[in-house]
Amino acid sequence: MAEVRAEMVANVWKVVAAEGDHVDDGDTLVILESMKMEIPVLAEGPGVVTKMHVAEGDVIQEGDLIAIIS
Amino acid sequence: MLDSVLVANRGEIARRVIRTTRQMGIRAVAVYSDADADLPYVREADEAVHIGPAPPAHSYLDAPAILDAAGKTGAAAVHPGYGFLAENADFARQVVAAGLIWVGPDPAAIEQMGDKIRARNLMERAGVPVSPGSREPVWDVTAALAEADRVGYPVMVKAAAGGGGIGMGVAQDQAGLRAAFETARSRAERFFGSPEILIERYVERAHHVEVQILGLADGRVLALGERDCSVQRRHQKVAEESPAPGVSAELRQRMLAAAVLAGQAVGYRGAGTVECLVDADAGSFVFLEMNTRLQVEHPVTELVTGIDLVEQQFLIAAGEPPSFDTAAVRPSGHALELRVYAEDPIRFLPRPGTITEWEEPTGEGVRVDAGYQAGNTVTPFYDPLLAKLCVHGADRDQALARARQAVAAFRIAGPKTNLPFHADLLASTEFASGSYDTSLVSKLRPT
Repeated sequence: MAEVRAEMVANVWKVVAAEGDHVDDGDTLVILESMKMEIPVLAEGPGVVTKMHVAEGDVIQEGDLIAIIS
Repeated sequence: MLDSVLVANRGEIARRVIRTTRQMGIRAVAVYSDADADLPYVREADEAVHIGPAPPAHSYLDAPAILDAAGKTGAAAVHPGYGFLAENADFARQVVAAGLIWVGPDPAAIEQMGDKIRARNLMERAGVPVSPGSREPVWDVTAALAEADRVGYPVMVKAAAGGGGIGMGVAQDQAGLRAAFETARSRAERFFGSPEILIERYVERAHHVEVQILGLADGRVLALGERDCSVQRRHQKVAEESPAPGVSAELRQRMLAAAVLAGQAVGYRGAGTVECLVDADAGSFVFLEMNTRLQVEHPVTELVTGIDLVEQQFLIAAGEPPSFDTAAVRPSGHALELRVYAEDPIRFLPRPGTITEWEEPTGEGVRVDAGYQAGNTVTPFYDPLLAKLCVHGADRDQALARARQAVAAFRIAGPKTNLPFHADLLASTEFASGSYDTSLVSKLRPT
């Protein structure tokens, strides 16, 4: 099980992967927006998205849980 | 003279504009979002009006809220700063329709230059050199491929209504163009509300040099010198200097003359910037775009000319002559601006946060235009510019030496900043030599 956490304070612009999706290493899970820049959050290994903790429009803090991949 | 002005912006530029209003005895009205209530510019204004929540669409881009604030406070004029509504012709028209003075060019000039394809065509007719590129918008990938074949690779793909480097991409071949087109197109719609795409020949290893112009109330257009803005990451400027080290006196004269022609072609009034790409080896340049507003890096020109550009903007808006002798503009010494961003100094990714320590450098020739101070929180809602560290010296060597000292003395804790990058930049032999181009940052930070 891998927890994907936010590297920085950001707004969630787009949620790309849905719960139940199979993802591979490097697939985009969500796209964050911070300071007029889009920052894709990528899966760091293959697995299934068992939990998506954020929704579009959320403001997240550094360290917040974004998704769980099992 | 104007007796009051509403500054429709935030952060460092709002504070910088307010500094001049105080010197001129103009009453300044600030506007602020939920995120910015504690910033210095809000306190330094004579009055401040809360205009909405943090997201720009509900505050700094909310024209009715800003006009309402102007009405409530009895402001006589609106200064837009840069970004947000500064190059929005509709907003400028609304300001004028509300009986207020717009501190900027005629809305028609904003419109003509805001559409990059129209601007290129207009400049070509006015005798300003442009690179091979689109004369009308490119609507789909097929058209883009045909246009790129005509123009010749490598090409730059960008939003016709765009700015700030957002969505811009370089394509070396057809595969690259397909990807760059899709990126540019989605960004164009999202950020600029228009899917129009422009393709132009990309000049590799170019110098990005721009000319500061000033359209006076009597109709004359002056060129106040150039700035080299080749230090860029993600097509966005990080450091600027004047004079441009790679530009000969002869080339400078030609660029300044072309910038005046550009301004005259749209009847330009106020402060504006004509951006060009320069091939220093060939001694040639092409028009890139015109920014119809005060530029972020305007302090560089202020430091070498001694002219307060914001003061001239107010005088011109009021129909008055400039405060300096137009026949005696003689740039002196060398100036540098380093943009201090809230971002990590390696990958340049955003790093907002709460500022726990903030100590600005001081000393001869040092000027800091800052938007923040200790205790403020840098939020993810706006661009990452914290401050502009500007230095002036008798020559380039002295300016660089002062910049190195100032960077070392600037203390910011809390958000990560790119100050370590600036230290590396100033220590690099390539930057110190003056013969660098837009590829410099990628050489200093190879991925």
